[in-house]
Amino acid sequence: MLEIRDVRKRFGSLEVLKGVDLHVDKGDVVAILGPSGSGKTTFLRCINFLEIPDQGTMEFDGETWDMSRISKKEIAGIRRKTAFVFQNFNLFLNKTALENVTEGLIVARRMPRAQAEETGKRALDKVGLSDRYDYYPHQLSGGQQQRVAIARAVAPEPEIILFDEPTSALDPELIGEVLEVMRELAREGMTMLVVTHEMNFARNVSTRVVFMEHGKVVEQGTAREMFENPRMERTQEFLSGTANRG
Amino acid sequence: MISERLYSILVDSFWKILLPGLKVTIPLTVIAFSLAMVIAVIMALIQFANVKVLKHVARFYIWVVRGTPLLVQLYVVFFGLPKVGIVLDPFPSAVIVFALNEGAYGSEIIRAALESVPRGQMEAGYCAGMSYLQIMRRIVLPQALRTAFPSLSNSLIAMVKDTSLAANITVAEMFMATQRIVARTYEPLALYCEVGFIYLMFSTVLTRLQRMGEKRLDFYGYHGR
Repeated sequence: MLEIRDVRKRFGSLEVLKGVDLHVDKGDVVAILGPSGSGKTTFLRCINFLEIPDQGTMEFDGETWDMSRISKKEIAGIRRKTAFVFQNFNLFLNKTALENVTEGLIVARRMPRAQAEETGKRALDKVGLSDRYDYYPHQLSGGQQQRVAIARAVAPEPEIILFDEPTSALDPELIGEVLEVMRELAREGMTMLVVTHEMNFARNVSTRVVFMEHGKVVEQGTAREMFENPRMERTQEFLSGTANRG
Repeated sequence: MISERLYSILVDSFWKILLPGLKVTIPLTVIAFSLAMVIAVIMALIQFANVKVLKHVARFYIWVVRGTPLLVQLYVVFFGLPKVGIVLDPFPSAVIVFALNEGAYGSEIIRAALESVPRGQMEAGYCAGMSYLQIMRRIVLPQALRTAFPSLSNSLIAMVKDTSLAANITVAEMFMATQRIVARTYEPLALYCEVGFIYLMFSTVLTRLQRMGEKRLDFYGYHGR
């Protein structure tokens, strides 16, 4: 469903992505792991064109684009079929939980308000926030904010959801509630691409694991292959190191 | 002690000063400040969005207006422009000068407020499929105006007092009315204090309104945690 080839991106003299390939099938839950500075977040942002790559091709939903020369209109089209969950939530601060979910539906997708509110409420119910419709982001805990953000991502029924370290900004005791929601989405067959440091999530929930370092994919495979029998020494080192820590 | 004569002068003049305050000072402030806010938002957005040529026009305008005295600007428009055939009445002259002047200061306040809105708000809007203009109008600008509100209220209060400068270009506002009464009665201390007191009342009302406005605008729950 999503095929990305040879994505390169540099910031000034720093080459952050040195030719990254990725293949995602419908229903896949792909975990992208790697040490900080490995370029995994930049890669994820390139897929949604929050960063424009210097080079790369993208095949998505039956169409192919040169990622470095894509038009604003094409980007908008791709964004309507994808969703993004940020590390620090980025909820609209001047909107309630429900408005955060309905805003995109009403403004960008021209859904009638009543229908959007119904959809929004259903999405919030699903992430366990049926009693928080009218709360503003600052009145919610980090875990609740991230669940609103996930509801906002799910509501327009995207083809794929991109998660950028969704639990990294959370207090340890709030991580569980967010992971639980993501696990539920995975069970329902949502296609997900997750940059994460949560090894348990990668091991138990994801269908595939991609290990990145220095702007390149070092190794990828099924979660089982990667955790039980990684081929590359570097992967071994990283996974055992973080496993011991966690 | 206040003599009976002075007492009756103060009482008589109170309405004679307050009336032009209600009929000239307040309308002048309201009209000029409203126009100033329109100018300020436009100039701030031009700079924030980095619009090519217009950005330089905005910077030039702000540079000139902030770098020259308000009183000089009033003189140029009212006494100077007739030389090139542009003759304006005192009141519209004052409106134009105050609007342009406050527009420049206000645009800097709003620009700073726009820049204080977290970058992620814009990105979240893009990811929700919204266009740049939709995000600005519905997400970024409302947050920026909330941030700018106290500073802009400050500017409004300053403008109420600055309108007294319009007396110099023969606008019959409160201060000019006072000057006339002083010329007739020769009681400068009492009368200038009296007009100062009326300005103080106006400012007090605005300060109260500002506080109420800030409470109303506290819809993000920033202080309600």
